[in-house]
Amino acid sequence: MAPRLLPLVPPDSVPANTAPFGGLTDNRSAWTKRPAINASHQGRMRKFQGMRLVSGTRVLALVCASAWIILPATADRAAAQPASPPAPSASPAAPAQDIHIGYLANRRPAPPIYDYEDDPADVGIAGARIAMKDNATTGRLVGQTYALDESILDKGQSPVDAAKALVDKGAGLIVADLPADELLAVSDALKGRDATILNIGAEDDRLRNADCRANIDHFAPSRQMLTDALAQFLSAQRWRNVFMVVGLDPADTLYAEAMRRSVKKFGLKLTGDKPWTFGPLARQRADGPIRADAFIFTRGVDADMIVVADEAGNFGDFVQYHTAEPKLIGGTQGLTPATWSRVLDAWGSAQLQNRFVRTNKRPMRPLDYQAWTAIRAIGEAATRAHSASAKEIGAYMLRQDFEIAAFKGVPVSLRTWDRQLRQPILLVQPKMLVSLSPQTGFLHPITPLDSLGSDEPESGCKIRSGGNP
Amino acid sequence: MLAGVAGAPASAYTAYVTNEKDNTVSVIDTVTQKVVKTVPVGRRPRGIVVSKDGKEVYVCTSDDDRIEVLDAKTLESLRTLPSGPDPETFALSNDGKLLFVSNEDDNMVTVIDIAKNASIAEVPVGVEPEGEAISPDGTVLVNTSETTNMATFIDTATWKVVANVLVESRPRIAVFSADGKFLWVSSEVGGKVNVIDVATHQIVKKISFAIPAINADAIQPVGIRLTADGTKAFVALGPANRVAVVDTKTYEVQKYLLVGQRVWQMAFTPDQKQLYTTNGVTNDVSVIDVDSLKVIKSITVGAYPWGVSIAPN
Repeated sequence: MAPRLLPLVPPDSVPANTAPFGGLTDNRSAWTKRPAINASHQGRMRKFQGMRLVSGTRVLALVCASAWIILPATADRAAAQPASPPAPSASPAAPAQDIHIGYLANRRPAPPIYDYEDDPADVGIAGARIAMKDNATTGRLVGQTYALDESILDKGQSPVDAAKALVDKGAGLIVADLPADELLAVSDALKGRDATILNIGAEDDRLRNADCRANIDHFAPSRQMLTDALAQFLSAQRWRNVFMVVGLDPADTLYAEAMRRSVKKFGLKLTGDKPWTFGPLARQRADGPIRADAFIFTRGVDADMIVVADEAGNFGDFVQYHTAEPKLIGGTQGLTPATWSRVLDAWGSAQLQNRFVRTNKRPMRPLDYQAWTAIRAIGEAATRAHSASAKEIGAYMLRQDFEIAAFKGVPVSLRTWDRQLRQPILLVQPKMLVSLSPQTGFLHPITPLDSLGSDEPESGCKIRSGGNP
Repeated sequence: MLAGVAGAPASAYTAYVTNEKDNTVSVIDTVTQKVVKTVPVGRRPRGIVVSKDGKEVYVCTSDDDRIEVLDAKTLESLRTLPSGPDPETFALSNDGKLLFVSNEDDNMVTVIDIAKNASIAEVPVGVEPEGEAISPDGTVLVNTSETTNMATFIDTATWKVVANVLVESRPRIAVFSADGKFLWVSSEVGGKVNVIDVATHQIVKKISFAIPAINADAIQPVGIRLTADGTKAFVALGPANRVAVVDTKTYEVQKYLLVGQRVWQMAFTPDQKQLYTTNGVTNDVSVIDVDSLKVIKSITVGAYPWGVSIAPN
């Protein structure tokens, strides 16, 4: 039986249309801003149903919200539901349940070469903020409030120090957009504390295998999930011959390794595998002298699809239409596996897309979606567990029966053995959703979603739900 | 067939079907079971309901942020109602004077006085409000919110929220039993139907569905319709392409009826002899014979049929 929720009655004095977190308008003006707690991390606290009012002229809506969120959360609620967890304080300044979430990321560097579609500065955080609004709207129905403590690091600042500072401040749930090594350093530093790291950025397969940690949940897909999604599609299309073109960046090597495993797993054939040595042609004039060499590079290739491994976007787009014979392109460019894309509008996703575009004036990117999913999972666990404790919320997210609706048509949930979010992967090109993996017919004893990424029998991860590494 | 209603046989009805992706309403004669007219409306029509007197048809045109009012006979557009942004579904009050609208994009339920053509209340609810249901005695309005995953009970005397009941992921439709004692709520992604005691707000039953050779993830309950005699519930199971028939006393599933793909919303004919289902992916409407529990007809309509409402001619 689902937990019985507490009744909450908004007072008449609040005109409904002044509710500040209704989701329609950009409510950033109503967010309470406090002085950075840790100036060196340029931390910012955003209260999503704020108390702790600061001086200023733009807090009227917030006062209204506080009035009818907090007051029922004290005496009335406590009296109405004696069996519920006791409210820590009956003061409007201390709501019964305040879920404090940290967001930890490095400030994004400028791209090495001009890119008209470079990541926006707020990629990731923008999705987190939309999820915070969603959580706050739900929270007002059950007496829970949410705060997001944003810690964006400049070059040279320590993610370990920033993470410790977040936990010290009560943000034991840390949404992290960090590279794998930094993520592991943070994980080790928080070992033994009531903290869960929600990885939204690092796709490294080692984090789901030998380097998995009991305090990291992965809301980013693994590279293996992405390449498996593409390989399943190729298998379903019976396009079995794959030629790989691999960039020189370490990340490209990892993507290629994952793709090679996917080729084996789904019975495809690798007909060629070459490194790309011609530089970032996709970012340069298309008529450079090197072009002829690149053209010859693909001569005589027997492939249904050329799979490019080019996470930085240096050449993948160039390869398309510059091959000796007409070939399909997929991988990091061309037909791309992704957790999210603006082209998705099924399964109610139009609502999330609209909310996001209206607020941020740009389409939602995969990292935004991964941040949204992580924070929505926190909100869903907090609602169902009726708890604000990082420990209880973290544990609830790993329950076998925990799942969230994430606009993919099926519920998504965490795999307990490696703490990876299982979810369908889109196969997209810029204007079209081409397909969705898992493909029909790829069966699995637990869920078809587990046909994507390292499955339990082959997993190198030795943690299990509830245990420590 | 739309003229000369007087003296028409009791079983002559008109079904109105919204087609979400081609911005039309298909009008079906239930006697011939053919589309007799296709009416262009605003963008992304979804929820649809015929007024109690049968004279007007209300259509949520979500992307135009309004409700269109069509003349049920001429199918001309009469006026529009101020729905609030992104209206998806609605319910009509029992006296037919008020519309309760879900505004999916701003987490509100808007109450519209139809005669005054004005919004008289807005009630803040959960994220992505969806289904609306009014109790038979008119005192309780229920709204489901898809991302908040709750059924919110609202007192219609004060427009205050009196309870929130947490259910499985992505609740869609709420329907009161004829005696008003129970509320049935479908959870699309959670795959369950919850039956809630209206007096105590306790969940009394969680109904699960299992179909051989259909993956559990594909069983996504959306539309619910209860027979007036209180014996049967019909539950549309979305991409499972089936309608479940549930015994409302035992809560056991009696039968799964194969219909079109992505079966979504349903409506009885007023005599309750037939049930029409919208099938989004196959662009058709299935007609179920309620007595024999057989699918007797498939009627091709527009692109991505979503909602259906049926009224006497």
